[in-house]
Amino acid sequence: MLEALQFEFMRNALMAGLLASVLCGVMGTLVVVNRIVFLSGGIAHAAYGGIGLAFFMGWPFLPTTLGFTLAAAVLMAAVTIRARHRADTIIGVIWAVGMAIGVILLDLTPGYNVDLMSYLFGSILTVPFADIRLMLIITAVVGVALVFLYNDLLAMSYDEEFARIRGVPVTALYFFLIALLAVSIVVIIQVVGLILVIALLTIPPFISEKYARSLFAMMALSTLMGAVFTICGLWLSFTYDLTSGAAIILVAGVAFFLSLLVDGLKNRRLRRRAQAEALEAADRENTAESA
Amino acid sequence: MADEPIIAIRNLRFAYGGHPVLEDIDLTIYEGDFVAMIGPNGGGKTTLLKLMLGLLTPTGGSIRIFGRPPRQVSHLIGYMPQNVHVNTHFPVTALDVVLMGKLKPGRRWTRYSNQDRLEAHKALDRLGMGAFCHRRVGELSGGQLQRIFVARALVSEPRLLFLDEPTANIDTRGQAEFYGLLKELNESVTILVVSHDLLVLSAYVKSVACINRRLHYHDQAEITADMLETMYPCTPDQPCQVELMARGLPHRPLHIPGDE
Repeated sequence: MLEALQFEFMRNALMAGLLASVLCGVMGTLVVVNRIVFLSGGIAHAAYGGIGLAFFMGWPFLPTTLGFTLAAAVLMAAVTIRARHRADTIIGVIWAVGMAIGVILLDLTPGYNVDLMSYLFGSILTVPFADIRLMLIITAVVGVALVFLYNDLLAMSYDEEFARIRGVPVTALYFFLIALLAVSIVVIIQVVGLILVIALLTIPPFISEKYARSLFAMMALSTLMGAVFTICGLWLSFTYDLTSGAAIILVAGVAFFLSLLVDGLKNRRLRRRAQAEALEAADRENTAESA
Repeated sequence: MADEPIIAIRNLRFAYGGHPVLEDIDLTIYEGDFVAMIGPNGGGKTTLLKLMLGLLTPTGGSIRIFGRPPRQVSHLIGYMPQNVHVNTHFPVTALDVVLMGKLKPGRRWTRYSNQDRLEAHKALDRLGMGAFCHRRVGELSGGQLQRIFVARALVSEPRLLFLDEPTANIDTRGQAEFYGLLKELNESVTILVVSHDLLVLSAYVKSVACINRRLHYHDQAEITADMLETMYPCTPDQPCQVELMARGLPHRPLHIPGDE
């Protein structure tokens, strides 16, 4: 791994991966506890429509993609608030239509042949420094928002009704959370690709939720886990010449199934112990009765 | 000012999806009252609480709490919701849940103060949950969670307290202790409690509001057979509720409500 770091593209890849881990650790925790994983998937896929629009119209890439994705995200957020019972269906529609718009617009763009694979799995090994700087800025924004809004975000995520009664501006805060999520997703997709965004948003928070005593601890643990997955994945990718994004996801996936296995074993042991104790108690009762 | 009602509801109507849930609700509650809200499941008790908290918007009529619309004053009300099993896997400790009661409108951008923490610990101690303050909510039983939620309602030092079935998971001795605590609190706080434990309640409350789409308010803690008959009409699927509740009261033949 260390000899890999003498290459600038490796250093950039590592930095991009670590920044993505921080962003995904914080935002992913909020995504998981607010149960908006599906909505995040919708945002990530609808972003492709923005990419198509940028190429078709010849508009600047980042502002166009950000604008399109924010619009789709706000639409989905509004649907989740107003028609909660059908939210998942409508998000599914926006998800598919956004992606289709992107594909069609790119078809219609003369002379341009975009690589769908690089959108899906990213190209972490060819990240330009400008993208890393952008990620740094977004990470700073998320950090500041978190410092100032932590208690409100916690109250809203745990018990929305109570937060509302206490005067927390829940609706505005929810839209802000979704907007922040959309911006983060667009920035990270550019670097590591759509599939890795979803993996890093969900897998580390899922594992760390069981061990954390606070939302902040869950964020920190998720970030740490994301960083470990990224480093391991990049090492595997460098050593065995594998696709970097997919290697990181597979490492995360193995950790995910290991955590399920550990849970299963722990539960079984607890159940066994409870059974043994129940049997012992019954035995004692029987002895007492016969005596 | 002492005669200014703390809750004033006029002609309130609420319909959900075209179905009337509450109709012709008039209710005036003065400072210092201790009201039991009783009525069958689906009768609209929780809905009325949520209307008074500004979580729902009335279809018609008006609600004034402390003389103002509910949304402007909801933070002055201590509220304990009926369902305490929300988000039991959430990474949050009992203390952090109680601290949520310290959130205030307009007080964004700040952390909880040491004073807030001290008061949260006190509220937990008062409900006998001091030892559990660093436990995760998922490690607590239903009864313990209810105490945590009551502590969260009390920590803001409200003048008005809404409790939605606060003793549903607490055993009989715990219930007596709990209502004793409420009685003590009632010296400075106006209390509205939704409950089904009529016999327990009648020893503590000052008045009773019966809600079954309409509301009947009795400014005495008496529970009469008439009230029970109107509120818990005998239906084939709930045949013994009245008998159960009215044990000890003279039995009268049932009549259909509105048929007087």
